[in-house]
Amino acid sequence: MAQPVQLLVGSRKGAWIYRSDADRDAWQVEGPLFLGAIIHHFVPDPREPGVLLIAASTGHLGPTIYRSEDGGKSWTEAARPPAFPKAADAATARAVDHTFWLQPGHASEPGVWWAGTSPPGLFESRDGGRTWDSVAGFNDNPMYLKWCPPEAGTPDGALLNQITIDPRDPAHMYIATSTGGVFESRDRARSWRPLNQNVEANFLPDPYPEFGQDAHYIALAPTNPDRLWQQNHCGVYRLDRPGERWERIGKAMPAEIGDIGFTIVPHPACAETAWVFPMDGTEVWPRVSPGGRPAVYRTRDGGASWERQDKGFPPEQGWFTVKRQAFCADAGSPAGLYLGTTGGELWASGDEGASWRQIAAHLPEIYSVVAAPL
Amino acid sequence: MVQVLIPSQLIAYTAGATRVEADGGTIEAALDDLDRRFPGLKFRVIDEQDRIRRHMRIFVGQDEARDVRRPLQPGDELMIFGALSGG
Repeated sequence: MAQPVQLLVGSRKGAWIYRSDADRDAWQVEGPLFLGAIIHHFVPDPREPGVLLIAASTGHLGPTIYRSEDGGKSWTEAARPPAFPKAADAATARAVDHTFWLQPGHASEPGVWWAGTSPPGLFESRDGGRTWDSVAGFNDNPMYLKWCPPEAGTPDGALLNQITIDPRDPAHMYIATSTGGVFESRDRARSWRPLNQNVEANFLPDPYPEFGQDAHYIALAPTNPDRLWQQNHCGVYRLDRPGERWERIGKAMPAEIGDIGFTIVPHPACAETAWVFPMDGTEVWPRVSPGGRPAVYRTRDGGASWERQDKGFPPEQGWFTVKRQAFCADAGSPAGLYLGTTGGELWASGDEGASWRQIAAHLPEIYSVVAAPL
Repeated sequence: MVQVLIPSQLIAYTAGATRVEADGGTIEAALDDLDRRFPGLKFRVIDEQDRIRRHMRIFVGQDEARDVRRPLQPGDELMIFGALSGG
């Protein structure tokens, strides 16, 4: 059954919290928090109710992390935010521009958090986000400059944009990057190997390289962590472990829609079901809803087929862009879905995508939306 | 001691103060002193490679500093500004 939900919204100009009633029908807003700060990710700790972390920067100031222990009422800044080790040659040395992704650690490791940054870097905190250490197994890996070449990256900088942890094994991790694709570790981030077989990189001379792909988003199916979903720069993919070869399930999407997008959302209770929010990846890559008609597409058979869900969205002239962290599901039954647009609109569905309604507008460009129980 | 001008972007660290004093023979030493009293301030201005962040500017008197190792003299005025950083 449905339960009250809070939506943690990060935007280019601050953060907001939307809290629902038991029916997820009426919403109350709190905010802005950190008005003017760029909020890249705003994440609750599922292991410790009331604990929230924010990854922030501003147009001027360097990046930092804020932690709340009272559900967002008060905040403390990290004593040592993610930062690369000091290098001998400062002119070319890496510095964290911003933390893009915050990942609570495994359920068996309270207090552990992981962070992915731009330029690509992996960082770990063992004290709830108060201090952070560079993870040498990735950041100082002998292959780092090949996996994360300095000249590559998105317009907002190259990213280590997702970290996922196998709920059965804290040592088994996956990360996604915008420069090297997906990588897997089985020794708790000490070593990594590319995991990109059959994933296209149509912007490279070898379109199916070992690494070099742009993995926009990866997610494990919550009820089957052997299943990985990926929204890539070059399509929608699925991988069932211990398999190594991704299948391009986006080929089953309507040709006029395509399978380009930023994000993919697995169903909280059904490993066959996931949603994507397609965007126009033709010609000059407008990155808006194809044809100006926003819709999510749902598969209920592991990607063999897709159905359009657009009830409630603008039927025309709706040029939405939904970024990587800005589409999510809650854990309710039926599952609630939430997405934020770069135009500052927040949309919700209480019926697994069958219908949508706008619950907020006029916000700044939305970067992230995370749903959590109240 | 040097006088330090704190820009609006950093007054959350200084309890609203726009002018403070700092002790140090270089810009870095003065920022370290500020960071001891106002934890977190330095990293918002200087990155982990000791470079002044792209949209921050530091002046000693009328001279813009490019290197945090620049020496300071007692009585110098250290001015920290948020530069233009876009919309």
